[in-house]
Amino acid sequence: MQISQLRDRQPRFRGLESGHRACLGCAEALAARLVTEAAGPDVMVANATGCLEIFTTPWPESAWRIPWIHSLFENSSAVAAGMEAALKVQGKSTKVLAFGGDGATFDIGFQSLSGMLERGQNVLYVCFDNEAYMNTGIQRSSSTPHAAITTTSPPGKERMGKRHLKKDIVSIIAAHHIPYAATTSVAYPSDIRKKVRRAMAIEGSTFLQIHCPCPLGWGHEGHKSIEVARLAVQTGLFPIIELERGGLAGAMPLRNVRPVVEYLREQQRFKHLFTDELRAKEELEHIQAIADHNIEIYGLHSDGNKDVFDSEGMDTVRRGGMRWA
Amino acid sequence: MLQALEGSQAVAQAVALCRPQVIAAYPITPQTHIVENISKLVANGKLKCEFISVESEFSAASVVLGAAVAGSRAYTATASQGILLMAEVLYNIAGLRVPLVMTCANRAISSPLSIWNDQQDSMAVRDAGWIQLYCADNQEAVDTTIQAYKIAERTELPVMVCMDGFTLTHTLESINIPNQEQVDNFLPEYKFSRTLDPQNPISIGTLVSPDFYSEARHSHHIAILNAEAEIISANQDWEKITGRNSGGLLTIEGPTEAKVAILTIGSVYGTLRAAIEKFDLEQPIKLIKLRSFRPFPIDALKTVCKGLEHVIVLERAIGLGSGAIIGLEVLAALTELDHPPKVHKFAAGLGGRDIPLEILPRLLATLNESSDGRFRIFDVELDKLPEEDR
Repeated sequence: MQISQLRDRQPRFRGLESGHRACLGCAEALAARLVTEAAGPDVMVANATGCLEIFTTPWPESAWRIPWIHSLFENSSAVAAGMEAALKVQGKSTKVLAFGGDGATFDIGFQSLSGMLERGQNVLYVCFDNEAYMNTGIQRSSSTPHAAITTTSPPGKERMGKRHLKKDIVSIIAAHHIPYAATTSVAYPSDIRKKVRRAMAIEGSTFLQIHCPCPLGWGHEGHKSIEVARLAVQTGLFPIIELERGGLAGAMPLRNVRPVVEYLREQQRFKHLFTDELRAKEELEHIQAIADHNIEIYGLHSDGNKDVFDSEGMDTVRRGGMRWA
Repeated sequence: MLQALEGSQAVAQAVALCRPQVIAAYPITPQTHIVENISKLVANGKLKCEFISVESEFSAASVVLGAAVAGSRAYTATASQGILLMAEVLYNIAGLRVPLVMTCANRAISSPLSIWNDQQDSMAVRDAGWIQLYCADNQEAVDTTIQAYKIAERTELPVMVCMDGFTLTHTLESINIPNQEQVDNFLPEYKFSRTLDPQNPISIGTLVSPDFYSEARHSHHIAILNAEAEIISANQDWEKITGRNSGGLLTIEGPTEAKVAILTIGSVYGTLRAAIEKFDLEQPIKLIKLRSFRPFPIDALKTVCKGLEHVIVLERAIGLGSGAIIGLEVLAALTELDHPPKVHKFAAGLGGRDIPLEILPRLLATLNESSDGRFRIFDVELDKLPEEDR
């Protein structure tokens, strides 16, 4: 039997095949596969420069089974906008997706993303957020969390890692008043699927930020990616929220809020915070305060009652046959 | 039908006749009138397309790239700083071998800030892998725009149609706008061999190792060189339909016995033609109008320059720290001749400085001087500069 025939027998569509060159435990690769599975085959992708682009397409190979173009680092939104316009004129319903890492989204491609959202073009933009420029070797981006070590935010006598805060990108995106913007995490696959399907059904600009640990850049074991991602959510450092037309429409509640040290301790990028130095203790307190603030403003602390937004529970309790649907 | 039209209006109508499906627009002087006029055609229902007002030239180039790979004919226009902001995308479009047409309303580059005409902008991206055609008047701009789509789509190379800002874009001329039937007969429907299609998914724009990069660059270079034939045939085919010839790769005119030629690109050609009529010149001269700068037509140039004693290259750009741009390329091409003419290299008209008819006798007068042929800005006024800068 031919491989292509075997592929056709796969129980569900896969937009990103195995055999690519991502690192062991790469959460971005997993997230990209989950997104393409949920989006289905009738899509086109404009992919920004970055790990995802590099590890999937070393010429003459490609891991993509959907139409895919990589142009540049900072223009995937604009390329996607052009694709969307072309398909619209041609009367086609194929959905256009744009993929970018946090560098491409928060930093260099931010302008073209904002332009595309302002024009309300029918594109689902997915940001695979691994919180630094991993493809170039772990440099600080505006998505890098406060105090994290990167190769351009090293700790030292005068510094405690990154001096600035992680940019609140989803609030900025929401300020464009697009129909749907959401955050999600690779630790919650069915949440990713649910949100991709929701975004796919919307005519207009939609945005998804997926928190994706990078074992190499964050300094944790490859097999811990999901665990680390889950801790980011459970500590309140990465709130899972949904925004409709800029208004908060849903949040994944946390039944057992974990202290931030449990998340930070797993990662070498925060190792300088675990010393007896006063400034290290101060930073830990500061990061705990960031998490507490998130929990406060998004109302993440569940009172134990059933919550309509409890998709965390859906994933762990009610997986059943739905899990791989 | 002859109409009195501003260059920008005429180009907008020519673009509309090519039935683009996606237009990306961003304002920059002196290009703005082109996209303004296209937006009017869209607003009045005369052109059915997606007109996207983007947030930068960078996105303008990216949008048309996306549209072209998704199967639609697309158009954008820019100038000056816009070209420079686009530069990264321009290289990318060409490297991906995507057929697109863009108008460059030639303008100087900052700093110092100048909104006026010269050709430093398109010259700055001369090695981006685009075909570059320069227009001497607005009729040529109309005809070249239409031809450019055919050339682009047959060669799978992007084409930059360069027209001098203000001198052409903002000048009213009597222009013959072709009718839709003529353009439809000339220009087949847009078809791109690597259109993205969910039924047949392909990956475009992948990473190549050193094993393949040289080959990709070689094939791109050869494709541009081979585009000479398409530029010539598009011009001939269009001439059969309209009776108008835009000049293929280059044209030469003047008495056969002339031993001196002046080579220019763009609208300064018209200035020199008028000057030849006005002045009673001591010696006969030829005029060479270089229309195709990329590909650089080495063989055609050698053919027309054979037997000449002097070629004066007058350009509206400067390679800072080197000097002539076109002049050096002409010099390099002509050294292949057995008895190459002496090449004199001048820039003039930078940043919108007027090139008067009187430049012609002054240029010819330099042939009597003992010149080393080195480049200089012909119309620079050194008395405005401090001693140490002269």
